[in-house]
Amino acid sequence: MIDFPLLSLMTFLPLAGALLLLAVRGNEEAVARNARYTALYASLLTLALAVFMLVKFDSSSADFQFVENSAWLRPLGINYHLGVDGISLFFVLLSAFLTPVCILSAWTAIGTRVREFMAAFLILETFMIGTFCALDSVLFYVFFEGVLLPMFLIIGIWGGKRRVYSAYKFFLYTLAGSVLMLLALLFLYAQTGTTDIPTLMAHPVAENIQIWLWLAFFASFAVKMPMWPVHTWLPDAHVEAPTAGSVILAGVLLKMGGYGFLRFSLPMFPDASLYFQPLMYGLSIIAIIYTSLVALVQTDMKKLIAYSSVAHMGFVTLGIFTITTQGIEGSIFQMLSHGLISGALFLCVGVVYDRLHTREIARYGGIVENMPRYATLFMIFMLGSVGLPGTSGFVGEFLTLLGAFQVNTGIAALAATGVVLGAAYMLLLYRRVIFGPRENADALAMPDLNGRELFLLVLLAAPVLYLGVFPSSVMSRISPAAERLLNHVREHGAPAPASERAAP
Amino acid sequence: MISFNLIPLLPEIYLSLAAMGLLLLGVFRGNESSSVISWACVMAAGIAALLLLWMPPERMIVLDGMITMDRFSVFMKYLVLAGVAAAIILSIEYMEREKAARFEYPVLVLLAGAGMMIMLSASNLLAVYMGLELQSLSLYVLTAFRRDSVHAAEAGLKYFILGALSSGMLLFGISLIYGFTGSIDFGLIHSSLSKFAEIPAGAIVGLVFILAGTAFKISAAPFHMWTPDVYQGAPTAVTALLAMAPKVAAIGLLMRLLLGPFEPAAFQWQQIIWFLSAASMITGAFAAMMQSDIKRLMAYSSIGHMGYALIGLAAFSQAGAGAVCLYMLIYVIMGAGAFAVILCLRRDGRSCQRIEDLSGLSRTHPLLAYAMAILMFSMAGIPPLAGFFGKLAIFQSAMTAGLYGLAILGVLTSVVAAYYYLRIVKVMFFEEPTVASLDRGMPLARGLILILCLVFVTGFILAPSSIMATAQNAAAALFPE
Repeated sequence: MIDFPLLSLMTFLPLAGALLLLAVRGNEEAVARNARYTALYASLLTLALAVFMLVKFDSSSADFQFVENSAWLRPLGINYHLGVDGISLFFVLLSAFLTPVCILSAWTAIGTRVREFMAAFLILETFMIGTFCALDSVLFYVFFEGVLLPMFLIIGIWGGKRRVYSAYKFFLYTLAGSVLMLLALLFLYAQTGTTDIPTLMAHPVAENIQIWLWLAFFASFAVKMPMWPVHTWLPDAHVEAPTAGSVILAGVLLKMGGYGFLRFSLPMFPDASLYFQPLMYGLSIIAIIYTSLVALVQTDMKKLIAYSSVAHMGFVTLGIFTITTQGIEGSIFQMLSHGLISGALFLCVGVVYDRLHTREIARYGGIVENMPRYATLFMIFMLGSVGLPGTSGFVGEFLTLLGAFQVNTGIAALAATGVVLGAAYMLLLYRRVIFGPRENADALAMPDLNGRELFLLVLLAAPVLYLGVFPSSVMSRISPAAERLLNHVREHGAPAPASERAAP
Repeated sequence: MISFNLIPLLPEIYLSLAAMGLLLLGVFRGNESSSVISWACVMAAGIAALLLLWMPPERMIVLDGMITMDRFSVFMKYLVLAGVAAAIILSIEYMEREKAARFEYPVLVLLAGAGMMIMLSASNLLAVYMGLELQSLSLYVLTAFRRDSVHAAEAGLKYFILGALSSGMLLFGISLIYGFTGSIDFGLIHSSLSKFAEIPAGAIVGLVFILAGTAFKISAAPFHMWTPDVYQGAPTAVTALLAMAPKVAAIGLLMRLLLGPFEPAAFQWQQIIWFLSAASMITGAFAAMMQSDIKRLMAYSSIGHMGYALIGLAAFSQAGAGAVCLYMLIYVIMGAGAFAVILCLRRDGRSCQRIEDLSGLSRTHPLLAYAMAILMFSMAGIPPLAGFFGKLAIFQSAMTAGLYGLAILGVLTSVVAAYYYLRIVKVMFFEEPTVASLDRGMPLARGLILILCLVFVTGFILAPSSIMATAQNAAAALFPE
């Protein structure tokens, strides 16, 4: 196919950019300006590579592509093994797409320590892309955990009032979950003698061991996802993080949990995944309904969107663990769509926050008059989040619900209430901020989107609408890998096909 | 009949002679020459390292079984020498600033280093004791080096009394072992212990006493009480030394004892090490949270690190021993870097050591703050830094050996420990400078050490294989087959 290490290049190009930032000299203003441009160019170059990867990707194959494999921790037999398949392809693309968006969104919003901010974002991008490309579980862990470092600093340095508390909570919650995964990885290594993901996927271990390992991985991914009841770090982190931090957190970091379930839990522990299906249904349903209700009463815009993220992630876990074609493909699609939509929603909040420096819903109202463009774009993302047909949000939610219906009508019905609740809180938010009483004079004096903001939001709106109309462009690439995953689970797990399990 | 081959002892002999020669020089030249003597001591450590390089790789047992030289002792001695040299280099400028520069200081460090090297290649309990005492006595004096400081005198006294107690316990244990096995030679103890169908209770009591004595030296809980006080009271340069080289020597000694002569009693000592490890990790993690003094924090941090290192020993496998070697290597380097930063904490010409003194460091001294943050994240074991790979190797050996409880405890305490390492990062990065800025200026040599440590900590991920393989090779020497 191609004869150069595309994935390594893509992974470490942002890091090289971050190192380059250290060399920037001059007075503070010049440093800030140069840092912004360096970071932007580095991330755009990475995006170009990602697009190149998408073009070269063979959508008919379910195998890992662009594979790189070389010795790394030789005494332990752990390799530097990279590759992408249909499941990881779009997550890589999403990371590469959202990073320049974040850098642009922070263009003027971040005024202090610009160089450090940009460097942190580029390092974060390296870890994110690495996480989705890694095909060795220790390498995966290195990237997966490494994400904590830049994110901790991003929340802690450039965050809001309670940033220290939130940064700690984010770091320690995620770390506590992940260290158990590390032990599970090492246990697998002790049992099988390898940490190579494709090898481990092909040879699941005995069922009684799977249960424990599944739980250890669950601890890590459930926190990252985040699932109810370990979701409490997310609203705090979202609220306190700077806009760009929230965008990347909602857009990419949450997807690592879902990706982990698809890459590790399902293929490596198929029996345990089937065994824990009821647990996952239960937690997903609670996440969907409970956090939607919580979102309804929020007075803080960012918090509301954060809770809505937890609810949407509930659909994802539900879809994954239906273990049906529609469920799995739908959940991958839902993650991509949520990455775009929630990222965009946080950008929308950032736009008004930059003007009025408050996230209180009650401080806004009636701004449709003075910010018509903003109102239009906000509406697109709001409706995307609600799952209106024609937006990408619809496809993901519909498919996961379809998957759920095949398995159990009751669960699907409960999940469907989440769609209604989702519409309720999003429309409420939109009504109160955009329409509502025209009481706050300062809110009514806000200028409409400037060129940069408009560009960013249109940039995000385009794929939301495109994917809503032509989901097959993504689905065709996801399908082979998802299908193989499904066959693998059915082969190794309990033999009951989905249709027989369907409820009367 | 007695083979009088001194070649394996050459580095120690050279080091002792150099120390004495430099002591003489100092006596004639006075305290003005202390920095010259310090550099000469660093050079002596370097030459001793070169002598180690020259040693033949195969095992040599000389002086009627008193001394064993193998790849393990060479590896650990490199670490000791690196620790000693780093401690001397870090001390030079500090001692001058504190107006405590005396020529005895580097000489004593060198003598302590010689003692540690003897500990590492001793294969007879008498040689163990000699090395241990040479090390300990030098360290007692170094701790109380600032005679006019109440804190230092208190720390020195505390260290001496508790240290003497632990040496007494060790000696008592040695006599019990002698009584029950009829020998103090490692090989003979091993063969007579293996003959027992069941290890006699007296020998086990002896083993326990020996373990208690060495646990004191590595400051493993519950024998850790002296550590925070001594770390806090001693001059910072001495704390830096205490945190590096003696730990390596004592862990090395413990490994050689337990995997050598007491290998037949593995079932018994594994439980003790299990407990020491668990207690150390818990103490290190929870007690450190309340500290406001950075040196006390480092003391608890080192207690915790020793707990992790002991997991590898409790695994009782070659992979475990290799993991301990790797862990100690990374630990020494992180410690050298961290103390290079701590030594910079100085305001208006006076040294300060409270954690609040670091507040807003990222504004006033950004490079120093980033260096410290990287070291702290590495100590917390966050990838992709070197500290993670030490923990990875340790936990890997634990999972292979089936020590699930200890491994789970280890990862959970590492999360708790991350809290206080993060606290330092928080103070430096998330808080505005509240107190007056620290003094500027970093001595060249200290800066160089810091840069080397940072390069290692961040670059380890790029080429971990050869370092890991070296550590594994060193550990393999402890398992002669």
